[in-house]
Amino acid sequence: MSFIAKPKVANPGLPRNDLGLNRRDYEGSMSTLCAGCGHDSVTAAIVQACFELSMPPQSVVKLSGIGCSSKTTAYFVAGAHGFNAVHGRMPSIATGANAANRDLRYIGVSGDGDSLSIGVGQLAHAIRRNLDMVYILENNGVYGLTKGQFSASADVGSKSKKGEANEQQPIDPVLFALALGASFVARSFSGDKEQLVPLIQAGLAHKGFAIIDVLSPCVTFNDHEGSTKSYAYVREHTETPVAADYIAPRQEIRVQYAPGETVSVPMHDGSSVLLRKLDPGYDPTDRARAAAYVQERAMKNEYVTGLIHVDTSRRDFHAQHATSDTALNAVPFERLCPGSDKLGKILAQFR
Amino acid sequence: MPERKSAAPRVNDFTLKFANVNGSGSASANALVMKTIFRMGVPVVGKNFFPSNIQGLPTWYEIRVTRDGWRARSGRIDLMVAMNAETYARDLREVAAGGYLVYDSTWPRPNLHAREDVHTFGVPFAQLCTDNFEGARARTLMKNIMYVGTVAALIDIDLEVIRGLLAETFAKKPKLVDSNMKAIEIGYRYAKEHFQCPLPIRVERMDATAGHVMIDGNTAAALGCLYAGATVGAWYPITPSTSLMDAFRSFCARHRTDAATGRRDYMIVQAEDELAAIGIVIGAMWNGARAFTPTSGPGISLMEEFIGLAYYAEVPAVVFDVQRVGPSTGMPTRTQQCDLLACAYASHGDTRHVLLFPDSPEESFHMAVQAFDLAERLQTPVFVMLDLDIGMNDWMSPEFKWDDAWRPDRGKMLTPEQIAGIEKFQRYLDPDGDGIPYRTLPGISPKASYFTRGSGHSRFGAYTEDSAEYQDVLDRLTRKFGTAAKHVPPAVIDGRGATTAIVSLGSCDAPVREALATLRRSGVAVDYMRVRGFPFGADVEEFLAAHQTIFVVEQNRDAQLRALLTVETAVDKKKLRSILHYNGLSMTAGFVIDEIGKALDQGVAA
Repeated sequence: MSFIAKPKVANPGLPRNDLGLNRRDYEGSMSTLCAGCGHDSVTAAIVQACFELSMPPQSVVKLSGIGCSSKTTAYFVAGAHGFNAVHGRMPSIATGANAANRDLRYIGVSGDGDSLSIGVGQLAHAIRRNLDMVYILENNGVYGLTKGQFSASADVGSKSKKGEANEQQPIDPVLFALALGASFVARSFSGDKEQLVPLIQAGLAHKGFAIIDVLSPCVTFNDHEGSTKSYAYVREHTETPVAADYIAPRQEIRVQYAPGETVSVPMHDGSSVLLRKLDPGYDPTDRARAAAYVQERAMKNEYVTGLIHVDTSRRDFHAQHATSDTALNAVPFERLCPGSDKLGKILAQFR
Repeated sequence: MPERKSAAPRVNDFTLKFANVNGSGSASANALVMKTIFRMGVPVVGKNFFPSNIQGLPTWYEIRVTRDGWRARSGRIDLMVAMNAETYARDLREVAAGGYLVYDSTWPRPNLHAREDVHTFGVPFAQLCTDNFEGARARTLMKNIMYVGTVAALIDIDLEVIRGLLAETFAKKPKLVDSNMKAIEIGYRYAKEHFQCPLPIRVERMDATAGHVMIDGNTAAALGCLYAGATVGAWYPITPSTSLMDAFRSFCARHRTDAATGRRDYMIVQAEDELAAIGIVIGAMWNGARAFTPTSGPGISLMEEFIGLAYYAEVPAVVFDVQRVGPSTGMPTRTQQCDLLACAYASHGDTRHVLLFPDSPEESFHMAVQAFDLAERLQTPVFVMLDLDIGMNDWMSPEFKWDDAWRPDRGKMLTPEQIAGIEKFQRYLDPDGDGIPYRTLPGISPKASYFTRGSGHSRFGAYTEDSAEYQDVLDRLTRKFGTAAKHVPPAVIDGRGATTAIVSLGSCDAPVREALATLRRSGVAVDYMRVRGFPFGADVEEFLAAHQTIFVVEQNRDAQLRALLTVETAVDKKKLRSILHYNGLSMTAGFVIDEIGKALDQGVAA
């Protein structure tokens, strides 16, 4: 980590977005993670995604649990409120925050330690609610802050820095999310920004729970020979059946694709996600086939990346609860309180 | 052998008890009896003693008829309706000498005449049902409703009032009114024909219940949440708090739903567990909605980590703890005040929380409203400490009043205009010297943003591991807790210059008040203070200092209120004598009188 205070001066020549903001306006405080940490690349991708979408910084809410990954919410979009919850319990904070104000964009950042052990229950139920948020799971197979214990995503046979091999079955967040009916499931690699940025943008456009499992190597405790979450291993063992391009509302699609190669998925906000099928037989709207595909590739030691599954038909958390269009934290008190006359009538039932 | 003679005539001053099998429909029959007496203008106290079970275990319902308007159990049973063969022997034992017992004489009971000093009335309820109704289910249900008629004849209850209540209950199913009335009339006629009715214990119309309702504390608290403007309720079902959210849901369905579109100005989230329920509340209040969770002791244990976060990061939250018997699963359907310490100091590290102690459904309503104001004013979790007795029993209560001019106190929350006018927002400063910082809501302006964290933070909200910066925030939190003492409701003090006093809280008030009257009538000079909030205010300190001998009456084994008083005030702990009731049943006035009497006999007090 660096102890130098982050300079706030921006190069006047930097490109600006529709709001007149530059990339630096979407950054946060200086990262305190190890040099080369995959998480810092994910942070950079979030900054890029928000900048390109011209999101007002205050329209974003950043949420996290506890762990290295959870620290990163302080490192992007300084103009957004952030909430660093307790270990594994970010989804419940996100649920409450989202219940209170449906108008903001919720970006959760968690890790494999935070999400797949103590947090596995809350993650499961956030998926079941189809909570409208992007949930980025920075997955490195290891506990960093407590110095190198295996996490629940460590693969069988993967070796710790001390040479010990893991024997317990891993929890694959992608398969887990597919099994629970998540409406948007993606996987990416912190070293592949070109893939990750549009996935984050598509996740933000998706009305519902968008989980992105990002393989994000830990340079200090899990980047060695024998680890299945090292930079070298992940680079060589990824396979992408479907690439996703985020197409903003009214944006023109410039590239021409051969018929049958692409599928355009319209999002509720007028944008769309253009899926480019790299494997012609793959159908990301077919949940069961997607799960089988991911599992088959896992048996061959391959990580499937890209937009693995999307279902825009499922009703999100607020639709399920039929809440008013007005954010609950903005409903006027006069509409909430029935008043003294009605109190008399209510109490009359108890006479 | 005592004589089987009748008790002295006691009009509107006696207790009925119904011994039933749960799941048999007895609850509505018993409620009908109580409501009828209430409608006849006579004050009543109803207590339900039920098992943690769906069907088949013993359950009891006690109705005290009290012309003086006492609110506690009397401690004696004058008329027992013994409908459960399994508990017959103990039910018989419980009847006061000279009292009465009604039983189903369809089958003989071997120990029927074990007591010579109790009048027993056999009514062949099962046989009468078989003769008059078709179908097994109807016969079981009608057996219970039939004893209502027998009791009505014995204690002189007006059948027309019963009919009126049934007509309201079954407004949409008039056939049920007829079948129920038929059963009631059969039971009524049988008693009239076979026994001398009415008994010396009987009901006579009064006019002492006008302006009152019969309501339970959970429903009243839910109504408070509705009126306080709560929009988010998160919970995990747990006895005895479940009916609070049930009531909130039904109030909201009626009063917060757009009739045309069905869209709702509220959201109720059934969480996966209590850990998530409190997380949802914290997330929602952090984001500007009023939110709450109802729970009980086991839920409090699970919520502790998050409660510490809310305390330290200064996020408002409202928790209703409807206390039940612990430890562990304990007895979920019995009452206690056993979470006082668990809530006062919930979570690891130095944490202290604001508690409110309602004594009744009426205070549950008002304190529910107040809890949201306090939580937002103080930016901290607030616990409303009900118990099963208050929460689940119907209490006769003055109708609640509402001031239409009332508006929520959102505390120190900066408006968009205020944010526009400042150069830089700092989250944890103390500009007003009361320990309370200013907060902002997400979504307003990039200038308003801050980072909420449970890790060490400075007064500027930045992560810190610096000793001085850490202590600076912790010391301000102590100042804030001092401010809280000025905001919680003051104690209710009944002082007449005595040197001996009773200090109590919550649902103890009803029996203590009655005991106090008896003690004073017998010439014992004793003052009384009921604490209503924690941290304790100056009024509590002064009262403790002004008395020599102080009986602390509470419903737990470990004297938790006494412990709080000794830790949090300057009182000399030798002055505090505990009177503890922790068997899970609501306390009686007799218990308090006996315990104080014993202590006085031992020369404890003046």
